[in-house]
Amino acid sequence: MGVPLGAALAACGGTAGPGSTSGSGGGAKATYWYLSVQPQEGVRTRAVERFNKANPGGTITGTPFQNDAYKTKIKTAIGAGQAPTIIWGWGGGTLRTYVQAGQVEDLTSWFDQNAAVKDRLFPSSFGAATIDGKIYAMPCETVQPIVLFYNKTAFEKIGAEPPTSWGDIMDLVPKFNKAGIAPFSLGGQSRWTNMMWLEFLLDRIGGTEVFQAVFDGKKDAWSHPAVLDMLTKVQDLVKAGGFIKGFSSITADSNADQALLYTGKAAMMLHGTWTYGGMSQDGGDFVPGGHLGYMNFPPVEGGKGDPSNTVGNPGQYLSISSKATPEQKEIAKKFFATGVLTDQEGKEWVETGGVPIVKGSDAAWAGSKDADFLNFVYGIASNAKVFAQSWDQALSPTAAEVLLDNIAKLFQLSITPQQWVDNMNAVIGQ
Amino acid sequence: MTAFAPPARPGPPPAATREARGGVLPWLAVPALVIFVGFGVIPLLGVLFLSFTSWDGLGEIHLSGLTSWRAVLADPGLPHALWVTFLVMAASWAFQTPASILIGVFLAGRQRYRAVLAVLFFIPLLLSQAAIAIAYKALLDPNFGLGAGLHIDLLSQDWLGRPVLAFSTVIFVVSWQFIPFHSLIYQGGVRQIPRSMYEAAEIDGAGRVRKFFSITLPQLKYTIITSSTLMVVGSLTFFDLIFVLTAGGPGDATRVLALDMYKRGFQANLMGPASAIAVILVLVGLALALLLRRLGGRNPGASQLEGA
Repeated sequence: MGVPLGAALAACGGTAGPGSTSGSGGGAKATYWYLSVQPQEGVRTRAVERFNKANPGGTITGTPFQNDAYKTKIKTAIGAGQAPTIIWGWGGGTLRTYVQAGQVEDLTSWFDQNAAVKDRLFPSSFGAATIDGKIYAMPCETVQPIVLFYNKTAFEKIGAEPPTSWGDIMDLVPKFNKAGIAPFSLGGQSRWTNMMWLEFLLDRIGGTEVFQAVFDGKKDAWSHPAVLDMLTKVQDLVKAGGFIKGFSSITADSNADQALLYTGKAAMMLHGTWTYGGMSQDGGDFVPGGHLGYMNFPPVEGGKGDPSNTVGNPGQYLSISSKATPEQKEIAKKFFATGVLTDQEGKEWVETGGVPIVKGSDAAWAGSKDADFLNFVYGIASNAKVFAQSWDQALSPTAAEVLLDNIAKLFQLSITPQQWVDNMNAVIGQ
Repeated sequence: MTAFAPPARPGPPPAATREARGGVLPWLAVPALVIFVGFGVIPLLGVLFLSFTSWDGLGEIHLSGLTSWRAVLADPGLPHALWVTFLVMAASWAFQTPASILIGVFLAGRQRYRAVLAVLFFIPLLLSQAAIAIAYKALLDPNFGLGAGLHIDLLSQDWLGRPVLAFSTVIFVVSWQFIPFHSLIYQGGVRQIPRSMYEAAEIDGAGRVRKFFSITLPQLKYTIITSSTLMVVGSLTFFDLIFVLTAGGPGDATRVLALDMYKRGFQANLMGPASAIAVILVLVGLALALLLRRLGGRNPGASQLEGA
């Protein structure tokens, strides 16, 4: 039975919150929360500034937040009816919880009326914005597959070639350790960083169906033999000293994991393509000097997965709070139609080393200093048989928290693969 | 104030004054009461209510009886979090109390250099816990921290990445911040001890150590109880420092009850079970505070001052 208290609380919050400071006349203001950390933050801020300049009658106030803090903040704000007009997110399971709570606007008919807005974006980006056949978010920004970065100088030092298979990876580990270089950098305290290893290994070993079964809520889906194989391989890598000393206390938010790669303390790093911008900005000569190598995750011997498959963020997503005033909603829609992924914004994303989710965006980086990397990302994104969404974003927050918790323990070697499977089977479908 | 009505004014008869006093004084408690009820009691009742519901923090609240309580009590994470909380409490008490007493006794001296040191010791207390945690996290980073920077191998341990080390580091940082506060309490306590007791002891030929154990420590009994109560109950709610420093990790080695509650409520969207944990926290805190009062003896009002 439902108690309308939540709705009532949300409603009173809405009248007091920043979401309803609409002035009479031309002074209406919409609010927009997004992620901080340069260089991406600057692109987002400038997009808002350009829009405000062009639309003095209805402007947007933007507020940046740190990644992991934002995930909690936005959830709390939405629950309290204090959501910003425009809600930045990753789509998938979290968006589903917003939809189920009736907190975000259904944009399906708006996209039907504004087909041009929809048609210029990558069709694959709409998957994570679509819940039960309806579109609840505007895809934006860049496509971000997770790739294997490596430090070419480190490989030259030990006279080795980048790995082409899982066996190669395990062979490289003792060689790098002998040379005093950590094989892999990892910001393990953030937990989702560890998860990327599981995502790729499971896909390469068992193909995409294994996680799909989990996503679909099939009973005991984690009991697939490929899962145990994957978990054992991860723990083997940890035991072999595959990750940098102290990885479980390093956070990805501080970019320390990237620093380990470009300072040559670590040889490789499995990470999202968004780290390219940070490394070119902070790494000195590392990226411009051509010392950064990159590749798709290599296949596992005897595995069933297609080595072209990738995982990551097919895009980022903007939703409109259903608690916003009609004026604010209008401003947000206008922003979606005229302010998001403009040619100028696309160009700025390219400058950060990102591939905007706009069709034909590869034309924008002809001659760019980052053209090689951008072509690489564009190639992965467009050639992948399956572009899976990150697990923690695809699953509901409840299941994702249990997942991340158990992954951290797995890397800590404090639970066995079988315990991991049992713990995870217990929350399937939640 | 009514008791001292200006004599120039034709004041009311004394009986009326007493009446007015009886009528006005309770009203003075109203602001405190309103704040306590508004920010203490009502949220507490709200949490109690939420613990019998299921709510994801976004949508509607559904009454679900004892489901949340069953889920929490059956979860092996709860005894673990309780155990970690208890360890934090015990270890930080055992570390902070002797250190605070010694520093407090030292600072109770009236020498000028001790006053200067007292100000310096006080600084950690002025910093925010989050700032302290961020600073320590940077200093203890195994690859870019103090040890790596100064090339001191002893310092470049994996401080926050190994369960026992991480736990010890948390205790150390917590103590680093709160020892100044408790030293201050002990300093006040020591200064209350009548000088004549020491003089008598000196005449009897007691040395510095003997005076400390036979006079200072017994006389500080109630100060120790006060300080311990603050420490023990306060350590139940350690959150920001641990959250920033280790996020409860590695694994769940430093996941105290308050952190477990936050993770369930705000990261896993399970407000019902999180509220159940909050209720458990309140109960544990109350029980501990009562227990400590009991330990304080049957007559906590008894004065230690001479002549009383």
